[in-house]
Amino acid sequence: MKKFGKALYIGLIFLFLYLPIFTLVFLSFNDSKTPSSTWRGFTLKWFREIFSREEWIEALINTLVIGLLAAGIATVIGVAASVGIMAISRRQRIVILQLTNIPMVNAEIVTAISLVLGFALFGISLSMGTILFAHICFCLPYVILNVMPKLRQTGNVAYEAARDLGAGPFKAFFSVVLPDIMPGVVTGFLMSFTMSVDDFVITYFTRPVGINTLSTLIYSQQKVGLRTSMCALSTLIFLLVLLVLLVRMFLTGRTAADKSTNGGV
Amino acid sequence: MKLYRIVLAAVLLTAAMLLSACGGKNDKTLHLFNYGDYLEEGLIEKFEKETGIKIKQDTFDTNEDMYEKVAGGAEYDLIIAADYTIEKMILNDMLQPVDFSSIPNSKNLDQEVMAKVAVPDPGNKYAVPYTWGTMGIMYNTKMIPEGSITSWKDLWKEEYKEGGIEMMNSVRDTFMVAEMILGIDMNTTNEQDLQRVVDLLMEQKPLVQAWKNDEARDDMVDENAAIAMIYSGEYLYCLDNNKDLAYCIPEEGSYIWFDCFVIPKNAKNVSAAEQFIDFMLRPESGVATFDYLGYPIPNTAAIAMLDKEYLEDENIFPPQEFLDKCGVFHYLGKEGDELLNTYWKKYKGN
Amino acid sequence: MSDKRKFLASPYILFILCGTIIPLLAVLYYALVDKDGNLTFANLASIADPVHRKALWLSLLLALICTVICLLLAFPLGLMLRRSGGKKGFIIFMLILPMWMNFLLRTIAWKILLQKNGFINVIFTSLGLGEIDILNTPSAVVLGLVYDFLPFMILPIYNVMVKIDNSLVEAAYDLGATPFKVVRDVILPMSMPGIISGITMTFVPAMTTFAISEILGGNKILLIGNVIELEFLHGGSRNVGSGLSMVMMFFILISMALLNKFDKNGEGTVV
Repeated sequence: MKKFGKALYIGLIFLFLYLPIFTLVFLSFNDSKTPSSTWRGFTLKWFREIFSREEWIEALINTLVIGLLAAGIATVIGVAASVGIMAISRRQRIVILQLTNIPMVNAEIVTAISLVLGFALFGISLSMGTILFAHICFCLPYVILNVMPKLRQTGNVAYEAARDLGAGPFKAFFSVVLPDIMPGVVTGFLMSFTMSVDDFVITYFTRPVGINTLSTLIYSQQKVGLRTSMCALSTLIFLLVLLVLLVRMFLTGRTAADKSTNGGV
Repeated sequence: MKLYRIVLAAVLLTAAMLLSACGGKNDKTLHLFNYGDYLEEGLIEKFEKETGIKIKQDTFDTNEDMYEKVAGGAEYDLIIAADYTIEKMILNDMLQPVDFSSIPNSKNLDQEVMAKVAVPDPGNKYAVPYTWGTMGIMYNTKMIPEGSITSWKDLWKEEYKEGGIEMMNSVRDTFMVAEMILGIDMNTTNEQDLQRVVDLLMEQKPLVQAWKNDEARDDMVDENAAIAMIYSGEYLYCLDNNKDLAYCIPEEGSYIWFDCFVIPKNAKNVSAAEQFIDFMLRPESGVATFDYLGYPIPNTAAIAMLDKEYLEDENIFPPQEFLDKCGVFHYLGKEGDELLNTYWKKYKGN
Repeated sequence: MSDKRKFLASPYILFILCGTIIPLLAVLYYALVDKDGNLTFANLASIADPVHRKALWLSLLLALICTVICLLLAFPLGLMLRRSGGKKGFIIFMLILPMWMNFLLRTIAWKILLQKNGFINVIFTSLGLGEIDILNTPSAVVLGLVYDFLPFMILPIYNVMVKIDNSLVEAAYDLGATPFKVVRDVILPMSMPGIISGITMTFVPAMTTFAISEILGGNKILLIGNVIELEFLHGGSRNVGSGLSMVMMFFILISMALLNKFDKNGEGTVV
């Protein structure tokens, strides 16, 4: 009896988590322009519509380009920063790490408006570049928090040994240190990428008129009205997320629990 | 590691493609700034084929967004904008006069509509109307007997709460309703008047299910609401999708809006813009636009070609006596807008 | 030791400066001046405006309700899943999957479900249970908040609970503790870091959201996030928006400080 109750409770929670998603998936095959609960026949046309509308394709490209660039740049700067931070004094290090935490604990909307005001202060008008800058800013902490612990584990010994053996600082870093911290770098990059792709609030504030990512396009479209094509989009994203998570599980040999332990929505 | 190289290569490639796509501009291009989904695709193809001019269309969500972007220096040859925004653009010297002599089809323009367009555009110098319409009430006859809705006051009726009453999530539209009932000018910035408007709307507030703009249309079609403020142009669309819907042009009157072609000061290809306006004013283009959008068109030659059932439908082409009772929104200036926002927040937040 | 490597941190320090510190100071600056640049406290004081005050209280209230519900749902779940052994990877996978879906789409899903003629009402009426008419009310917003943020409560709690050494729990039983006492005196204190982390990750976004309240509230529910968004993007005043943001941050910091009082070990970090 106790076992049954337990199974029921777990089942209900997972039902709660998945029911809305499955509803979206189910509705995306319904032959009705709005996502209504009346079944009007099976169709795949909403998937075709997603791929035939220029705005969706553009938003998708923007999302991916911003995601990859932001994650890539944040990873380079973040890895360099981690190496640098290891080399500075303990006191300064603590200060920098405290500052690193700010974007992660801060409310997203405050981060967003602070960036907008920051841009305004310097007379920078909003563009693709401001979105990218904002994304790099909130991605950096994820890189640093994943790379720093790895660097600490590795320590200085291998690097110095390589230097003693005549390797230049770059060679020593790339052939000795980098392979060691690679798992952290990869996780940092992937996490940054997901955070960037998933972001709505910060993009919404720092974007200029006319440039949309998937999130901002979904938001402005739902204001015009709910469309079954949005359900089709959800289905695609769900499948994509499923795929990415599975690939990642095989690649890194562990689950993607990191996102949860590192905050943020 | 290979995987990351591939990813990196893909990024660079997409970035390069984007850059090159943004680069190439040529003289045979018309840069058009329009609402989303507001121009029949077939017309674009036809125009491109006939003239060899490519149409590059960017879209915006709201007139305010469009204004910000154009004021910020974005370059377009032709913009579709609403009345009060046109007024604001004229005031801020952002438009150039339209040379009607190079638009022969402007003879098709409905002069009565032009007279109304002259309210935001005195002398009809800058704006060529594309579509127009009014605001009215849509209701579901399964929940509300057909014909029982005649007035804006019907939106205040307790018995419709159950089915759902929806108002516009826009200060000008929703305030207009109360102003019509109270007989106040819809362009007022008098604080006493605005307070009376808010007081009247507060009485209705407990009955309102939601404030929605374009979404209200779907709620009516899917029967998630019984009665709502709806643009006259949505009426045909709604009826196509739900036969139980009826429309009412309220007895107090309403407001008329226009979406017009305007040519900004910084337009590069004025001649293409004029050619396109002329093309759109052809009777058959007008008919195609009407069929696609369902909004009335200010084109007498095109109207003559429409089915009689549409012409006789007072919900689409309202009678003159109703139009006489309709006002046109003015741009209220920055202070006016701020004042209205203050009262809107008072209404929404309390 | 002068190590040249420390200069590698300089691009990042530049980013902290330009991307975090200066922008936050900009918010403070805007909050303290009027639109002509004169010093004023009116922006901060505008929280006393009945509309703003109401929005702030409602945000605090809904975020609190949401956090409590999430905690009440997540803690027992953590207890149950704690002993599920080798399936850990699978459980985390199942929890993360919905979390990685775009939160706007997940919120929209509830809007579709809750409509007058939506799935839930179709099912409920066919079962003779009557209609649920909560869309466009605070209840719908709370539901959406709980749905969107529940995984952020479950995961940290689960992550901490899984690590609790089972011999401790067994020792407590051997010493005659009742299951209730075991949970209260052994598992609960040891799960505290996860709980604190979960609360932070739920409360802050719930309190500051504007999209969820807009989508599920039919533009009727004005939270403090909505007010700030209105001020910033829809013809309001950036100064007032900044002032309200500062006040909101103040309330968040107070809530966090209160929370940290419960975190006796000081282990519960957000990160």
